[in-house]
Amino acid sequence: MKIFVPILLMLAAPAFSQGSGPTPALANRQLPDPAKEAEATRLMHSLRCIQCQGQSIADSDASMAATMRAEVRQQIVAGQKPEAIRVWMIERYGEWVSFEPDFKGAGLLLWLTPIILLFVSFWLARGLFRRRT
Amino acid sequence: MNRSWLLWAPLAVTACIGGLATYGLVVPKDEQVRSAMIGQKLPEFALPPATQGVLPLSNTDMGDGKPRLLNIFASWCIPCKAEAPQLEALEAAGVEIDGIAIRDRPEDVAAFLDEFGNPYRRIGGDSEMAVQLKLGSSGVPETYVIAADGTILFQHIGDIRTEHVPMLIEKLKATK
Repeated sequence: MKIFVPILLMLAAPAFSQGSGPTPALANRQLPDPAKEAEATRLMHSLRCIQCQGQSIADSDASMAATMRAEVRQQIVAGQKPEAIRVWMIERYGEWVSFEPDFKGAGLLLWLTPIILLFVSFWLARGLFRRRT
Repeated sequence: MNRSWLLWAPLAVTACIGGLATYGLVVPKDEQVRSAMIGQKLPEFALPPATQGVLPLSNTDMGDGKPRLLNIFASWCIPCKAEAPQLEALEAAGVEIDGIAIRDRPEDVAAFLDEFGNPYRRIGGDSEMAVQLKLGSSGVPETYVIAADGTILFQHIGDIRTEHVPMLIEKLKATK
């Protein structure tokens, strides 16, 4: 029987790793105003969870994501614009935290590359058609 | 018109992509999310005592003319237990350490301090992790070097190992 104790403890470890404190009230409760909740949800889907990187804070069950959701809802209730909240997050965690890269710096390359490639392909195609006629 | 160089263009592009992929495989990935608050003043916060018998912590308790360490920890965090001897060594070296207990219960913090010692001057309880978010901190444990005027100078992510102790003391000395 004793052999099961370490196995059970190993299974239980993830339950301890989230901490023992309370979950912030607004982490998992929607705002009463549907329009505000929609604003908050849309922003939450475009912010990256710090703990489980690659998931948005809307999708993640990590305690850090819960805190970030609560922060987003609190700031929305306080009348803050979603883009201002995104900037607030970026000021603390860097560009990394946003799933929607800004139109500047390395993000500029990301936004402009498809357009540049489109023009280059038009230019190449034009040369091909001209030769044929 | 001689356009033979164009023939090589696709190969060059493919080689670039191949090079990038190899680079991504060879170079180990740094998954730490650093705080963007380095070089800025501590954000405003006021935390209640993390447990009975300790002093509360607010941003005005730091930056009062003396550089300090701000240690983010939790009783449920295993690396925090591993760094306890190093925090004690720092305290023995005359370093003042303030603590923030993340998402913790008072009784758990008390048990943690009983077992691993209390090197802290003050311990604020951040049960909802709100201050952790304000600091741009991405987990526990983390240790910040706070200048005499309250500027965040340095962020150490992860547990403090023996080799980090002299480095942290150096950073504190450099601020004076």
